[in-house]
Amino acid sequence: MKYLPLLFAALMRKKTRTLLTLLSVAAAFALFGMLDAVRVAFNAPQSVIGIDRLITSSRLSLIQPLPYADLARIQSTPGVKAVTYASWFGGIYQDPKNFFPNFPVEPQSYLDMYPELVLPQAQRQAFLKMRTGAIVGRALADLHGWKVGDKIPLRPTIYPHRDGGEVWTFDLVGIFEAAQPELRGSEKQMLFHHTYFDEGREIGQGTVGWYIVRVEDASQADRIAQAIDRQFTNSAFETRTQSEREFQLSFAKQIGDIGLIVTAIMAAVFFTLVLLTGNTMAQSIRERIPELAVLKTLGFTNRAVLLLVMAEALVLLLLGGLIGLVLAALALPVIGEASSGQLDVAMRPESWLLGVGLMATIGILVGLPPALKAMRLGIVDALAGR
Amino acid sequence: MSEMPPTPEPLVAIRGVSKVYERGRQRIEVLHHVDLDIPEGDFLALMGPSGSGKSTLLNMIAGLDLPTEGSLSVAGHRIDRMSSTELARWRAANVGFVFQFYNLLPALSAQKNVELPLLLTRLSAARRRRNAAIALDLVGLADRASHKPNELSGGQQQRVAIARAIVSDPTLLVCDEPTGDLDRHSAEEVLTLLQRLNREYGKTMIMVTHDPKAAEFARRVLHLDKGILVEQAEIGA
Repeated sequence: MKYLPLLFAALMRKKTRTLLTLLSVAAAFALFGMLDAVRVAFNAPQSVIGIDRLITSSRLSLIQPLPYADLARIQSTPGVKAVTYASWFGGIYQDPKNFFPNFPVEPQSYLDMYPELVLPQAQRQAFLKMRTGAIVGRALADLHGWKVGDKIPLRPTIYPHRDGGEVWTFDLVGIFEAAQPELRGSEKQMLFHHTYFDEGREIGQGTVGWYIVRVEDASQADRIAQAIDRQFTNSAFETRTQSEREFQLSFAKQIGDIGLIVTAIMAAVFFTLVLLTGNTMAQSIRERIPELAVLKTLGFTNRAVLLLVMAEALVLLLLGGLIGLVLAALALPVIGEASSGQLDVAMRPESWLLGVGLMATIGILVGLPPALKAMRLGIVDALAGR
Repeated sequence: MSEMPPTPEPLVAIRGVSKVYERGRQRIEVLHHVDLDIPEGDFLALMGPSGSGKSTLLNMIAGLDLPTEGSLSVAGHRIDRMSSTELARWRAANVGFVFQFYNLLPALSAQKNVELPLLLTRLSAARRRRNAAIALDLVGLADRASHKPNELSGGQQQRVAIARAIVSDPTLLVCDEPTGDLDRHSAEEVLTLLQRLNREYGKTMIMVTHDPKAAEFARRVLHLDKGILVEQAEIGA
């Protein structure tokens, strides 16, 4: 503790340089905190226990549809309370940059399955009745300035209309809102009739993208998921039933191995950080050779000088790193909300521990070479400026 | 000048000390079989031309360098036989240093600079602060305790360096050209202060200087030439 003023005096000797280095370290660890939270969210082992909504999709691939005929078999599985289905339409509104998820669904059972999508009763009835009707979330309606009664044309990317038209046109009959603020991301989607979609498409009639299953007892979800999949084992359409959250994450995982991507980015960031901080430390020690020689003259042992320089590097890394992790911890809830709660990103204890471990490792890596140089300093030569 | 009391054992005993530096294939003998006794309470000025070996001799007496040959005892301790760690601890306890260019740490206040040697002791923070304040008061800079070195004149910085040298009450004070970077007036202030520390507080001092006027403040002057002691003079004797 008594050496702390000496340590901070060394760091404050060139305030701008120290501040810039601290900012670099903080930025690197803020990035680490956020990316590691994403990595953990993607890699955390998921269990369906306690979750009463399951998704049954093709075992082969998410883009592989399932026969409509599977509906009755899934419904008859013991423990299943309700079943609905949806497909991926992939329509584009005016410009590809306006992308938003749009799903054909079975209206009645889908709205029953998702009570968190709150729709006025009159609009709900209108949606159920009108074959070309569609409903959108409040956020999406506000974004494009849509109101009930508007016609929304979507250009298909997968399913051309069988009448040869270049667009599918929908009548906006309702605007729903999320029941809870953390689900606001669900307000960025559009839902329309699966029947209208199935009758109008050129290919794939009689199939659905996935089934959504509500179980009677959430604690039995694992068993029910296995029972559903067992029914289709060795069939032409084998299934994979998982929790809704797992299903959403597997959607995101299609872009690649998130863990590998995150690790590669972090490796590049930390490699750069080691070079940057290492260079700063080396330069700082070079400039302070006479001062270190004075400390040795006064009686500081070689070991004490080594530890002082090492401590300087560690303090720099720990201070900057912790600032970065705190910034990440503050930013993650915002990111989580932006993902409509689909990504459960938060700074977990293991991320803090890994972060502190990295700070210590990088601190030792960048501090050791200049510390060894300082330790081996010959007093007489250093005082003479040789 | 007051008479030196006779001492049975010299504080510093140098016997047959030689120092050889090797630069590549070149072998340079800087000191050649030097014998010297420095009694406790002495104020010795070492003079000589550049390269005569006076700074090398001072560095060895202070435990910063080791002789190639011969023995070197300070207060009965054979410092030529000590390891680098033992020497560091010995320096911390026994030697105060005053350099030509003050060598204060620029980021620390005068008070913190003076406290530096005390960090190596077991004194409490309060005690360290108090001792540093006493040392600064002794050199007449109590009112400049919170100033950084760049806020002080050269003479004031050298007085802070002297306060740092004496704060741990060392056996020996070594000064390497302490007035070499000062104007005449500041130099006289510093030399008067060193003389006072010797006469009033009995500090044993060894000072390397080029300046004959500075040497007049010492009790004794030794001349070195090409690594050999050539002349010894008692001031006022």
